[in-house]
Amino acid sequence: MFDQLLQLIFNGFVTGSIFAIGAIGASLVWGVLRIGNFAHGDYMALGAFTAFVFNVLLGQHLLLSALAGIAVTSLFAVVAHQLVLKPMRGRGLTSVFIVTVGLAFVMRNTLFLTFGSGARSFSINQAEVYVLGPIRMSPGQLITIVAALVAIGFVAWLLSSTDIGRSMRAVSENPDLAAVTGVNTDSLATITWLITGCLAGLAGICLGLVQGTFDASFGAYTLFLIFTAVVLGGIGSAYGALGGGLALGLAMEVATWDGFFGGIDPRYKLVLAFAALILMLVLRPEGLFGKARLL
Amino acid sequence: MVEFWLFVLATAGIYTIFSLGLLVQFGIAGLPNFGNGAFMAISAYTMAISIVRFDLPMWAAAPLGIAAAVLFGLLLAVPTVRLRTDYLAVATIAAGEIVRYLALNMQDVTGGAAGTVNLLGPGVAADYNSEWLRFQVMIRGLLSSIAGFRVTSDVAFIAVVWPTAILLLLGTWLMVRSPWGRTLRAMREDEVAVAALGKDVFKYKLQAFSVGAALAGLGGLFLAWQVSTFTPDDFRPTLTFYAFVIVILGGKTNVWAVPVGAFLFAVIFAGTRFLDFWPLSLFSSGDRAYLRLIFVGLALILLMIWRPQGIFGNRKEDAHET
Repeated sequence: MFDQLLQLIFNGFVTGSIFAIGAIGASLVWGVLRIGNFAHGDYMALGAFTAFVFNVLLGQHLLLSALAGIAVTSLFAVVAHQLVLKPMRGRGLTSVFIVTVGLAFVMRNTLFLTFGSGARSFSINQAEVYVLGPIRMSPGQLITIVAALVAIGFVAWLLSSTDIGRSMRAVSENPDLAAVTGVNTDSLATITWLITGCLAGLAGICLGLVQGTFDASFGAYTLFLIFTAVVLGGIGSAYGALGGGLALGLAMEVATWDGFFGGIDPRYKLVLAFAALILMLVLRPEGLFGKARLL
Repeated sequence: MVEFWLFVLATAGIYTIFSLGLLVQFGIAGLPNFGNGAFMAISAYTMAISIVRFDLPMWAAAPLGIAAAVLFGLLLAVPTVRLRTDYLAVATIAAGEIVRYLALNMQDVTGGAAGTVNLLGPGVAADYNSEWLRFQVMIRGLLSSIAGFRVTSDVAFIAVVWPTAILLLLGTWLMVRSPWGRTLRAMREDEVAVAALGKDVFKYKLQAFSVGAALAGLGGLFLAWQVSTFTPDDFRPTLTFYAFVIVILGGKTNVWAVPVGAFLFAVIFAGTRFLDFWPLSLFSSGDRAYLRLIFVGLALILLMIWRPQGIFGNRKEDAHET
């Protein structure tokens, strides 16, 4: 039974890492640019499908394909920002949210139209298993852990040691004050989208690898888990999103452990996560770790 | 071709009713409810279950369905209506998804993914709609004798749904023009000012949310009556976004634009489904469903960017932002 628990903790850590990678970008965009991006899950899907094209259809190495997926998603995020979201600047939160809903519809269904509704997978050996003591891990899980460490390390360095990161944190904290003190919000928005696109693309590729198969709506199905991670960590906080993502991944897996009151039915994992999302928004919109402040 | 337009009319009638609910919540009161589909689902399921399981007559089960939708609306609204609007949007979508997942997974109660056919468990075909269909046959007979030729059941459906929709449009129009509606609109623009005038903002928000929930509930009932069997996936969030397109098309605050938006929308919806001329003939029927949603997405984006006041409105009020 404890072997099962260790395995669940490991699995939770892996899915939690994916939530974290996705959530960091979503949280930056929400905090810095005041955009609750409903299309974030579809950005993830775009990353996965671009990598799929390079990896499976063009027969390229997975690493190269992943880089292509990340680059294309990042580029798309910047283009969507320039064409669709930037014209909405200064408009209400709901109006912007609705535009991202439209964007999500266009992206998801274009992917469906292009790739059909069948399940897709990357060309890796799905049957291979690495055994590490009581833990069994798939190649996809291993790749995800490595990718998460790299991505999170990069974001941490960016936020703590570069001017860009300092400006992002400043804008997230207080946009007016940041603008007055000379932060160029225009180029900052572009850079934020660039980073968010990279992270979303990577999260989508990792999720595709871990799940094994995926279709055009798999990112959208993950969107609310990503939002839950964002809100758990406090909107706008990258480190919060990291913690929120890991906490959510672990909680969702461990809750199914037999030793935990016999384990909850895995079918209701999502219901619990969404209920947690609503409760957090109502009770602690500043996040689990955040100080209370006026948002 | 006549059948096609009758289908469009019937669908437009249903869309008018539930979009009207969103107009009150989102357009008038400034409360973006992205969980509208869940209200329709709750109402439709409550009606179907009370008929099939508890042998309730349809005319008792239908109001029960609407009451259930309103109750759910209050349960959701009491903790959430005070949230910032983007939080409210996310919270209501999440609530809607919770309802859909529960409906999908609680097979014993809802029949699960197979839908209402399985309400009495697999193997027995459950039917909630016979009393409605009998009623529709009666209307059909009545209309046929008036018209002097046999009308189709679509005509009978339209003869029920549109008078209902028009009554509701009229009622909503009067409500929006009343002091109550003025308070809601004022609240949407400046909550603090309305509170300073001694109005209980929270109470008004709950009322607006409930009215919207009731209208969505009724829309859900008509949807159920039209199809005779439904599944949880018939109430996907996409349904809610259809309502958003319709309301935004009409300018968010314009009651009489809702049926126009609903009609335009029903044409796109039914057109991509049934019509078969170039360039539509280039796509298989499965692909057209995707195409339709791409249209919906583009419509949302273009309207929000270029015509937030909708296709009719140009008054300043219609361009309000929440």
